[in-house]
Formats: sequence, C-alpha cells, structure tokens
Amino acid sequence: MPLPFIVITLIKAIVVLIVLMTVAAYLVWFERKIVARIQNRWGPTRVGPFGLLQPLADAIKLLTKEDFTPAGVFRVPYLLAPALSLTVALLAFAVIPFGPGFQIADLNIGLLFILAISSMGVYGIVLAGWASNSKYSLLGGLRSSAQMISYELAISLSVVGVLLLGGSLSLREIVSAQSGVWGLVPRWNVFPQLVGFFCFFIAAIAETNRLPFDLPEAETELVAGYHTEYSSMKFAMFFIAEYTNMVTASCMATILFFGGWHGPVPSFLPAPLQAVVPLFWFSLKVVLFLFVYVWIRGTLPRFRYDQLMSFGWKFLVPLALINLVVTSFVIALRA
Amino acid sequence: MYAAFFFIFAGAAVGFAINLLIQRHPVYSALSLIGVMASLASLYLMLGAEFIAAVQVIVYAGAVMVLFIFVIMLLNAGEEERTQRSKLARQAGAPLLLILLSLVATVLYKQFPRDSMVQFGDFPGQTAPIGRLLFREFLLPFEVVSVLVLIAIVGAVVLARKEP
Repeated sequence: MPLPFIVITLIKAIVVLIVLMTVAAYLVWFERKIVARIQNRWGPTRVGPFGLLQPLADAIKLLTKEDFTPAGVFRVPYLLAPALSLTVALLAFAVIPFGPGFQIADLNIGLLFILAISSMGVYGIVLAGWASNSKYSLLGGLRSSAQMISYELAISLSVVGVLLLGGSLSLREIVSAQSGVWGLVPRWNVFPQLVGFFCFFIAAIAETNRLPFDLPEAETELVAGYHTEYSSMKFAMFFIAEYTNMVTASCMATILFFGGWHGPVPSFLPAPLQAVVPLFWFSLKVVLFLFVYVWIRGTLPRFRYDQLMSFGWKFLVPLALINLVVTSFVIALRA
Repeated sequence: MYAAFFFIFAGAAVGFAINLLIQRHPVYSALSLIGVMASLASLYLMLGAEFIAAVQVIVYAGAVMVLFIFVIMLLNAGEEERTQRSKLARQAGAPLLLILLSLVATVLYKQFPRDSMVQFGDFPGQTAPIGRLLFREFLLPFEVVSVLVLIAIVGAVVLARKEP
C-alpha cells in the first residue's frame, strides 16, 4: 500500500471521528432541548447561551467522576463491554458516504458491512449485562439480545427492496442510483419503497434501543438496565455509543431511502460553493431523522416486553417479507 | 504486508481456538469462538472473498453466537469443574495429536502442491457471481437445504409447544 494513501485515509478517519464526537455530544443537548419543549419546559439554559456549553460541562463531570468497579464483577468482560460498544458504533462510519468523494472506504459490500457491524453491537450490551453480576443488568442484557436478534431480521429484510432497485451493495452506488427525477419527485427509494422505509425505521429505533423500544434500560423496572453498574467514563462510552448508533441509523435511512447527498431541488450556487451542497443536503436529512427520533421519544410511551416481541415477529417481519415479494415481482415484470 | 496480516489473523484464530478449549467458563469459551469466527472472516477478506467474510460475521458471529450466549446466560451456567484426566489421555494425548496434525498436513501438501495454492485476492468476491451460482448451477441443493432448515424450524416449534 502506498504511503500517501494511508496518510490520506488516516486524516479522513480523524476528521470523521472529531465531527462524529461533536455531533454525538450536541445530540444530547438537542434531545434535551426538544424533549423539554415538548414537555413545556426550558431544558438546559444555565451553561453558556441557550445552554450550548452543557455538553462540555457534562463531559468534565463524567471525566472527573470516580471510576468505580463494583465487587463481584467478571473483570475482563466488564472492562471489555463499553470499549466494544463504542468501537463497533464508530466502525460503521468507515463506509458511510457523506458526499461524492467524502467517504473513508468504498467497500463493494458496504451495506453488508454495516449490517455485520450492527449485529456485533449486541455483544457490548449483553456482556455488560452479564459481567456486572447484577440481576437488573442481566435482565437488561437478556432483553436486548432477544430484541436485537428479532429486529435485525426486519432491518435486513426491509433493505433488500432497496438492493433490488439499486442493484448494488456499495453504498456509494446505491446513492448514485437515486439521482435524477421522476417528473416532479426526486428518484429517491422512499417513494417505491414506502413500506420498506416504514419497516426499516421502526426496526432501526428498536435496534438502537431508543424509546418506545428502550426495554433494555427501562428505568421504571430495571433501574438502568445493562449499564446499572457502570460509572464515569465507562458509562459515558455506552452513552456515546447509543447516540452514535442513532446517527448511524439516520445516515442509513438517508442513504438507502432518501437519496443520500442528492437534494430535492437543483442548486444554482457558483462553482466553489457547489462542492458543499451535497454535504449540506446530507447533514440536513440526517438532522431531520435525528429530530424524528427525539420527537418519537417525547411522544410515545414504552412498549411492554411481550408487545415488543409480538410486534416484531408477527407484524414487522411479515410486512417486510410481503414488501420484498411484491418488489421483486414488480422488478421481474419490468425486466 | 499481506503476509504479516495473514500471520496476525491466523495466529489469532489458533490462539482463540486454544483459549476456547482451556477456558472453564462457558461464556469465555463462547467469546473465544466469536474471536475465531472474526479472525476467519478477516482471512476470507484477504483472499478477496468479501461477501463470504461479511456473511461469516453476520451469520456466525452476529446470529448463531448471540443465541449461544443468550442460552448460556439464561440458564446461568456456572464454571465447569476440572476432573482427574484419564491416564490414557495424559500419556497418549500429545503424541496422537501430533500424528493427526502431521497426517492432515501431509495429505494437504500432497493434494495441493505449492504452485496450485490460492493467492491473496484470488477470489473475485463479487456478490453477483455467487448469487448466479446459487440460483442457477446449485439451485436444487440450495432449495433442498432450505427445506431442511424449514423442517428443523417446524420441529423446534412442535417440540417447544406445551402439552395441551
């Protein structure tokens, strides 16, 4: 491998990492502000203007807190779990195309890579639950493994429709296939794949353990679920991983169903500004999805565990299967 | 470069496999097995078989092993106790193992001489050719396997159902 290639890839990775950490930190602020507005209160206002320095204060608090390891934990997996969660969450960004050319690595199995990475994510949570040697953690870990296995199936089935339309597993090519317009509407996959998108987004919320599917950490019954016994930076790593996963899921929804970096209207900006237009559209769509995440959290109550399971297996998976059959039938007729 | 990576991942696979055998707690053994699967996936990746590598991680590391760990945790299986190993195993074990390994190595070298070995990046790991092979040339075996899996699922449901 030539040296310039390695250096450039390293620089890209560092830039993406820094941006991602900032986004994850401010996502917490964003969420607290919006949930506060939904609940008719102010949210963070004290640190900085509009509470904008709140993430910084939180970070200092988490860093300086005592790092406490309870007696009776299984040491190696207890320490491994948060690191595993965060690593897996960050790895997904190696293949996500933010704009034409803004991508760390263009794998020709990019989509499978993301699915593989997200299927590894469950280990962090399961190990944390088991290694903590506490009943609440264990129950949280068990719930999450069952939940993530069930909803992973729905995610995989719902993206197959997109694959059939795009004809490629490379995320860059999936986005490229969505350029142009059908008359007035842009050629985004969401229009022919509305059902697929519906399944994908619901399953993605469940996969990231967010409300209304946050059973693994349901605080009214499990204290805090799988991270009950964690404190300080180890807890923060789970926290960052969860928010990073939200960003990943929003990026995937944007790439697979909403045309990635393609805008709904052509832009008439002068040439030097033109380069940032794709990045603008991509970020805007991701922020919109993040808003929907927070909106859903602020609106819906938590599911019961048996409701969650029967919803996944008896409704979402069959719906995704029907969508898959219909899509392939239509494509076969057209060919 | 490739050779270095090969030795890292091959070494990791063997190391995890040995760790799998000597660990006494089932969860640690299961974790080692995940390590083996991940190392093998990296080796597939270096051969150029990207699709196989991804499927290896998704199916084995991501689905099968999660179920293993789920069951181990659900049953709350504790550490195993070491037993007094039998005299035969203690004295004949290591030599027999050596003989077996050298036999396998000899057969492999006889069967595949050096110039017919696979090289790194030999497989055009595209998904489309694999799909074409599965659904054209190997359609019957593929469908037979699917039916077999279906029978297994139905059997599991029947066995798990409570007596009326």
